[in-house]
Amino acid sequence: MNLRKLAVAASVAAIGLSAALTTPAAFAAEEQFFPVLAYRTGAYAPNGAPWANGFVDYMKLTNARGGVNGVKLIWEECETGYATDRGVECYERLKGKHGGATAVQPLSTGITFALTEKAPGDKIPVITAGYGRSESQNGAVFGWNFPLVGTYWMGADVLVQHIAKKEGGFDKLKGKKVALVYHDSPYGKEPIALLQERAKMHGFEVQLLPVAHPGVEQKATWLQIRQSKPDYVFLWGWGVMNSTSIKEAQATGYPREKMYGVWWSGAEPDVKDVGDGAKGYNALAMQHGAEPNAKVIKDVLSLVHAKGQGTGPKEEVGQVLYMRGLISAMLQVEGVRAAQGRYGKGKHITGEQMRWGLENISLDQKALDALGFAGVMRPVQTSCLDHMGSAWARIHTWDGKKWNFSSDWYQGDEKVLRPMVMLASSKYAEEKKIKPRTPEDCKK
Amino acid sequence: MFYRENGQFKTSYQADQQIFPIPQDRWVILGIVAFAFFGIPLLVDEYLFRAILIPFLILSLAALGVNILVGYCGQITLGAGAFMAVGAYAAYNFLIRVSGMPMLGAILLGGITAALVGIVFGIPSLRVRGLYLAVATLAAQFFWDWAFLRVKWFTNDASSGSVSVANLQLFNWSIESPTDKYLFCLGILVVLGLMAKNLVRGSIGRQWMAIRDMDVAATVIGIRPLYAKLSAFAVSSFYVGVAGGLWGFVHLGSWEPAAFSIDRSFQLLFMVIIGGMGSIVGSFFGAAFIVILPIFLNQMLPLVGGLFGLEVSIALVSHVEIMIFGALIIFFLIVEPHGIARLWSTAREKLRLWPFPH
Repeated sequence: MNLRKLAVAASVAAIGLSAALTTPAAFAAEEQFFPVLAYRTGAYAPNGAPWANGFVDYMKLTNARGGVNGVKLIWEECETGYATDRGVECYERLKGKHGGATAVQPLSTGITFALTEKAPGDKIPVITAGYGRSESQNGAVFGWNFPLVGTYWMGADVLVQHIAKKEGGFDKLKGKKVALVYHDSPYGKEPIALLQERAKMHGFEVQLLPVAHPGVEQKATWLQIRQSKPDYVFLWGWGVMNSTSIKEAQATGYPREKMYGVWWSGAEPDVKDVGDGAKGYNALAMQHGAEPNAKVIKDVLSLVHAKGQGTGPKEEVGQVLYMRGLISAMLQVEGVRAAQGRYGKGKHITGEQMRWGLENISLDQKALDALGFAGVMRPVQTSCLDHMGSAWARIHTWDGKKWNFSSDWYQGDEKVLRPMVMLASSKYAEEKKIKPRTPEDCKK
Repeated sequence: MFYRENGQFKTSYQADQQIFPIPQDRWVILGIVAFAFFGIPLLVDEYLFRAILIPFLILSLAALGVNILVGYCGQITLGAGAFMAVGAYAAYNFLIRVSGMPMLGAILLGGITAALVGIVFGIPSLRVRGLYLAVATLAAQFFWDWAFLRVKWFTNDASSGSVSVANLQLFNWSIESPTDKYLFCLGILVVLGLMAKNLVRGSIGRQWMAIRDMDVAATVIGIRPLYAKLSAFAVSSFYVGVAGGLWGFVHLGSWEPAAFSIDRSFQLLFMVIIGGMGSIVGSFFGAAFIVILPIFLNQMLPLVGGLFGLEVSIALVSHVEIMIFGALIIFFLIVEPHGIARLWSTAREKLRLWPFPH
């Protein structure tokens, strides 16, 4: 090929690259920067996009309400495509911008695992609201991980409590069979430990049925379910895998009423295409479900979308995953607020101060009501040793058109969860030679 | 003018047979290596190290391994990702199960394990060729994907199936900062790269190339296909396995089998095809193309959009990135089917005549 053309092309590219790398980092003390790791493309985009929309909308709402004591929030999105290596690249790209990232929400268990290794060095808290690694609830060992308002272990525990209640008590679970249809990745494997622990306690049987990424190939899995006829099916799926599972259940004739999804498997995109076929399908609602009537949603519509600044389609505002993104953003904003309470109102917060803030989130019902979350959430109270802060969840059921709550509030059983968290986290501390923080360290 | 070997006379076979017989080449390459060791650590920030340079070095090493098998010995493989995984998981198991195992030792043992596994999965190459062999190596990919997902022993009973390594140390050198990690990978790459260059120039490399060009003729002149093919599989898998160990230990720190999925195998094969089959330097070009270009496009497009006053959403960026990337692959394959390495050598030929072409 023509060498000169190539040389010109190369030098143009080089100039572009240097321009890209020398973008000036505007640093202003009254701004607070958040990287947004999102996936709006790929196999999981239908679920990733509403999450990101809710997340960004809440930060816009916070700015419209005047920021956090006057501090404006700024953010930048980066597309991970749910791939761990791209996610790590995004994190590296964004963590130093605008005076440093305040906190990062990886939105993928794989990326969470990778960032868990990097966060202590960078001093940036990793918030995994409702996902991530369950043992990171123990803040003494996982100083920088925040699985706020729920983990997969807690979610699985609530599901077991729910079926026990349906059966009429934990003793009735004896001899029952629960099949776990899970996405074959660290995410899908998280609940296994808890289910096996509960199975040992109550004498039910757990059947493990992995489904390979992206989850459109499930014929064999459902054939197994047809043969073994489990009493309940728990679904730990994501993206296209969920709707495929429900369709396969319909095809095999497995009652949808006996299927329970985790909260990643319980949103509108998962069931909408199946429509009536998904009627009766249940899913875990980690605190919230679809909340189109909440005050905060009305605020988003009037203060953000009405001004033409909304992210994503207006019809999706208030749906399950949108709410999830919104609440994730709310928790980090409240972390900033808590940190400002100690380190100076209206000041820029560093990652290390943010950690203190996240460890001292105290949202009682009154504070939640003031933010517009009445009826959406229960109070959250984190501490240095408990990075989860709240273990409440409900079950909601799809009626063919929308999600309705079908149970009362449940609370994850500390007696089951705490020993497991302590065991797993102390194993991690031993492997990594981490000295757990003592209550004295927490005061610093 | 500057790049011309007129008047350079060799007086010994040794001088004639060295890797870079032309002094200009030699000095430039030495200069690049010296710059990589001493210059880059002073110039580059953490993002470039972690997001671009370290993955580039590690995947170059893997591409080098694949190139030995595909480019030099002519055996197509789609199982490179699996051998990376074998290297990474074997290294992990050596590190945690053998007390006092040094990190470098674990990575090299991981590479050796990958080499042994490579020999086993190379056995079909003695009977089947071409696309059929590619399908046979695909079996390796699926088998190891399955094994690392299902067999708990490999992951030390990690509940989520994700394993992690921390506190990397080489003798007393604690490999913590990105600069350390970069230098560690670079050191390994330089040593193994030099070894690869010498292997393919030596008797064993000639055997591989003879098998590649026509295996019947190679057998007639006395080359044993069994030995040549399996040694290519072993050496290639060793390189790929070491790269896998580095990918897990140094780059990711914590990984699951998805990090070494079939996509990784294709990526490595494309690196070799685009960079240049049967060329050591081509492996580096290919790795650069596949690692750096998507990230570059991803960062460039919003800026380009900004020039025209458009706000580009990240979803659009990532779609356009895939389109441009695909178009560039086709473009390069059409204008230069022999890969970027051939473009490079054409450029060198032109440079020799410059400024007075015929």
